[in-house]
Amino acid sequence: MNLHGVWAIYRFEMARALRTLWQSLVAPVLTTSLYFIVFGGAIGSRMQTVDGVGYGSFIVPGLIMLSLLTQSVGNASIGIYFPKFTGTVFELLSAPISAMEMVLGYVGAAATKSVVLGLIILATSAFFVPITVLHPGAMIAFLLLTALAFSLFGFILGIWAGSFEQLNFVPMLLITPLTFLGGSFYSIDMLPQPWRTVSLFNPVVYLVSGFRWSFFGKGDVDIALSLGVTLGFLVVCLAIIAWIFKSGWRLKS
Amino acid sequence: MPEPILAVAGVSKTYKGGFTALHHVDLAIRKGEIFALLGPNGAGKTTLISIICGIVTPSSGTITVAGHDALGDYKAARRRIGLVPQELSVDMFETVLATVTFSRRLFGHPANPAHIERVLRDLSLWDKRNTKIMALSGGMKRRVLIAKALAHEPEILFLDEPTAGVDVALRRDMWKLVHGLREQGTTIILTTHYIEEAEEMADRVGVIDKGRLLLVEEKAALMHKLGKRELDLTLVEPLAAVPPGLERWQLSLVNDGKVLRYVFDATEEHTGIPSLLRALAEQSISFKDLETSKSSLEDIFVDLVGERA
Repeated sequence: MNLHGVWAIYRFEMARALRTLWQSLVAPVLTTSLYFIVFGGAIGSRMQTVDGVGYGSFIVPGLIMLSLLTQSVGNASIGIYFPKFTGTVFELLSAPISAMEMVLGYVGAAATKSVVLGLIILATSAFFVPITVLHPGAMIAFLLLTALAFSLFGFILGIWAGSFEQLNFVPMLLITPLTFLGGSFYSIDMLPQPWRTVSLFNPVVYLVSGFRWSFFGKGDVDIALSLGVTLGFLVVCLAIIAWIFKSGWRLKS
Repeated sequence: MPEPILAVAGVSKTYKGGFTALHHVDLAIRKGEIFALLGPNGAGKTTLISIICGIVTPSSGTITVAGHDALGDYKAARRRIGLVPQELSVDMFETVLATVTFSRRLFGHPANPAHIERVLRDLSLWDKRNTKIMALSGGMKRRVLIAKALAHEPEILFLDEPTAGVDVALRRDMWKLVHGLREQGTTIILTTHYIEEAEEMADRVGVIDKGRLLLVEEKAALMHKLGKRELDLTLVEPLAAVPPGLERWQLSLVNDGKVLRYVFDATEEHTGIPSLLRALAEQSISFKDLETSKSSLEDIFVDLVGERA
């Protein structure tokens, strides 16, 4: 096992974030505050409670998930896309490092960054609304699993992308809509049919629901199902990455 | 011959579009030698290097690095190899020291500041170690790429077109560095389309064109084997045509008839020079200067490629 190599990639990726520490911190704190002002303050004051939870508190898990998904995909995809773009990928491909070691470095760093970000958003939220976490262990587990799964997805995206446009295309046209329609800011029980049933095909529903369960002990779908879908997505991404490295798809000619 | 440090056997590469970049290449590299892969642009030099280093997948054939199969046992094989690519692909936002240290770790070695310092000093990069790479000149970026390739103390160093677009000072430094590395026992394989580079640096030369390795020879033997020489006689009176009676030497007139040229083979027992000079004296053709020159590797190469085309 080339642990020095994994560590080198991990440190390199973390250093990239530290160089822009200011932006990495200020942007999520500002965005979270804006959401609370708009959704919590302006709209939430007319909504009162959802499932017996104040609306402001209700949206916290969804808000964290929204950032977690976009940041995981963004970080991991740029991490591997940029070396392809600048040509420095030659060094990675010629290094004595296995596919899984490379993934460990890149995806590990991307997931670390989004988990830290999720915790920052959680801390920021505590300034605006009362927060209780019923199942802290499950909350951390969901945070880690989701960050990992979507960092893997971002890694695949970064390998697939042939241009910066394509790199931005998927998060904008896929991740953001799925998150907004995935019950981040509402309970899917609030939707009329057939949209409630359609929503069940959105994987993000299961992530948000499971995460919300860890806060309030209640979700849109069963917690076991949430966990199963999250793990399933993770396994699918891992399988795709294994295939990519075996075939050299978009990496080697 | 002792076990080669690098053995390429029957390697072919056909790209997806159907273009065949390499046709069944066999090559054995000796430990500690400087080998020049010489060929025009698009001959397949970079493809061959990329296959050995693991960047391009071969369509067929095997590569063995110090006894390790480069596909099956790729970690052991790649740990021994350092690659300096042709393109200036570097992380613009990193400092010199950070990027070179990164390379060493990526290749599975713990940090070794003393070694990194030595490499950076050898390449005149030590003063720039905390400079961001984007602030460096093209020549300096190339030095950084060399430092990165040497960071993990490779046994085999590949230099892909090391002096393409490089100034004279760096070229001289590079040659010095290559000879220094050879003294430490590093095997060096370089590609070039500059013949003088191969001539200056290499122990052996492989000539490649259109994806085929045409020949591999000791440089000296190659020069000797194909080494034609030219005898140039600068005439006192220019001639309009080669005078009759001198046909058997197949002479030519150059430089507006001021120079009479005779091409001969220096390895032959009878070069034909004494008889030519006698014949000239008999015809009262006098010359004021005489010069012989070795044909360069360039001439040899042009001949070779021309013959097979």
